[in-house]
Amino acid sequence: MTAKKSPKRKPASRSRVADTTAAAATMTYREAIREAMRDAMKADDRVFLMGEDVGAYGGCFGVSMGLFEEFGPERIRDTPLSESAFVGAGIGAALGGMLPIVEIMTVNFSLLALDQIVNTAAAMLHMSGGQFSVPLVIRMTTGAGRQLAAQHSHSFEGWYAHIPGIRVVAPATVADARGMLATALADPDPVLMFEHGGLYNSSGDVPAGAPPVDLYSAAVRREGTDICLITYGGTLPTTLAAADLLAADGISAEVVDLRSLRPLDDETIMGSVTKTHRVVIVDEGWRSGSISAEISARIMEQAFFELDAPVARVCSEEVPIPYARHLEAEAIPRTDDVVAAARTAVRGTG
Amino acid sequence: MNSPVSDRIELLRRMLLVRRFEERCVELYTETKIRGFLHVYIGEEAVATGVISALDESDAVVATYREHGHALLRGVSARSVMAEMYGRVTGCSRGRGGSMHLFDATARFYGGNAIVGGGLPLAVGLALADKLQGRNRVTVCFFGEGAMAEGEFHESVNLAAVWQLPVLFVCENNLYAMGTALRRSESETNLALKASAYEIPAWSVDGMDVEAVAGTAERAVAAIRSGAGPHFLEARTYRFRAHSMFDPERYREKAEVAQWKQHDPIDAFVGKLRDEGGLDDGRLAELENQAADVIADAVAFAEDSEDEDSADLLRFVHSPGSTAEPASLRGAP
Repeated sequence: MTAKKSPKRKPASRSRVADTTAAAATMTYREAIREAMRDAMKADDRVFLMGEDVGAYGGCFGVSMGLFEEFGPERIRDTPLSESAFVGAGIGAALGGMLPIVEIMTVNFSLLALDQIVNTAAAMLHMSGGQFSVPLVIRMTTGAGRQLAAQHSHSFEGWYAHIPGIRVVAPATVADARGMLATALADPDPVLMFEHGGLYNSSGDVPAGAPPVDLYSAAVRREGTDICLITYGGTLPTTLAAADLLAADGISAEVVDLRSLRPLDDETIMGSVTKTHRVVIVDEGWRSGSISAEISARIMEQAFFELDAPVARVCSEEVPIPYARHLEAEAIPRTDDVVAAARTAVRGTG
Repeated sequence: MNSPVSDRIELLRRMLLVRRFEERCVELYTETKIRGFLHVYIGEEAVATGVISALDESDAVVATYREHGHALLRGVSARSVMAEMYGRVTGCSRGRGGSMHLFDATARFYGGNAIVGGGLPLAVGLALADKLQGRNRVTVCFFGEGAMAEGEFHESVNLAAVWQLPVLFVCENNLYAMGTALRRSESETNLALKASAYEIPAWSVDGMDVEAVAGTAERAVAAIRSGAGPHFLEARTYRFRAHSMFDPERYREKAEVAQWKQHDPIDAFVGKLRDEGGLDDGRLAELENQAADVIADAVAFAEDSEDEDSADLLRFVHSPGSTAEPASLRGAP
């Protein structure tokens, strides 16, 4: 085969680089989601928020702080601790003409609502022959890094990305946190939005007018020529830090932020692979059966002959995330791991 | 409580249609025209007939996988239900759902749910939407007594009670969760008592008596519509046939089935109407003929209908035009 490096696909275009030059406001990720919810509530009476402690308490992670006072208990609706019922009620309310935002405290708790998400929300439109779409947004915290141990720290977004009928998005930047919710609410189908707990306190710029962000395009966060680092959500800062270290070492790393795990933006991924010919995928999920495995398989299917090195992955160790700080740090992808994997891919040695 | 003769005959007409429709479905199953799982409601018809007769057109119904009768009673056409069983594109769910997943937006019929208990949260949400939008509508949710052991029952009834939502929870207690007897699956076999723990009105009714069911449902629906919050209704009934077409019925005695068949809701109601002068042989034959005609028409329609083009397999995974749809469906190259 001589097809190696043939330009089968255009490289990721410059326009895909997120533009934050027109910054109008600096805020935290937490504030960005709150502002997005506030905007949506003001814009459309059908929008309401429900979940555990979203109201009087202000949100387990403070995301909805102040909204209860502003919009009242009917629209900022505290639920009993019953994930399956209130997620299912979100589905029913969506079928009944509302635009619900359901907040689940953590991705681990979402497993209590898995029946409603998978068997009802994801299946309803197809199973009903196109009659019943479910315009529901489910937001939840994901990820480790806060010493919350094995029942609050996992990353199941890759699991959800397995399921046809739902969208899975993971805003990694403040601008995306601000801009994705409106798009998700406008989508006629269920959208699961994963907010990495480690990002809530991060600060960033939101462009003027807080433009909506689409739910299918990956973003090239940093351009490079030697290797493509593909990641999403909470490991974007880790990966950008690795790219800085690699640059100091003479390796030009491109960083692709997936933003959407379902659907995956194959075009941007393959564009970057075609440009750099080397890939490391950074995923806080466990390696086995992960979204990183899916991306790797797609690269084999669509861009195998572009590769100059095996696709490498940096994932979480396959353990329940432990409490102790040093063990937790050991379990999840670290900047040094990404740097080492990239060096190996580029130079054959870490 | 006696309704006008015309209303009573209508109740009988509906029960007969459901009974004869499902008897035909069983035949069609043995002829392999219908496949998958088929759960018939034979013996339990008085429950859905009575409850649904108490609803307005704008109300919503959420049912179970044993829902052919509920769909027909709600006004989903016999043609589209039968075509669905045949897996045809003219079926009420385009042949994607089959027996267990009948849907009809026009009839506000929200399935057809094959997860025991899975429909309860949905019903709560439909009622929440009505409350938030100031609409005076009722959502009725049917489920079996087996669902009362599921967490979703408890979560949903609690939620509806806390939020005072307009839901009528109807437990079709046929005494067996598939093959597991009530006394083996519930610590408290008085199901209305159990539901009343959530501080909602909870009543039991003879589910073999269509007028008793209708009368009780009318009271409950009126109360819910007046703002009295969710109600629970246990209808005590019995499934005359096997759980599905793959059930050797090892878990119950033939004598028990025979005993219950003596309380056949249709036979009982026919007897009552004859005794009270509202029904004679001619009228009954007329009702039977009407049902037979509707069913024959439905079968012919299903037989003559087309299968869905398999090129449309991926349609409606997402809404048409969604960027999550495969490019091939969006007209992209």
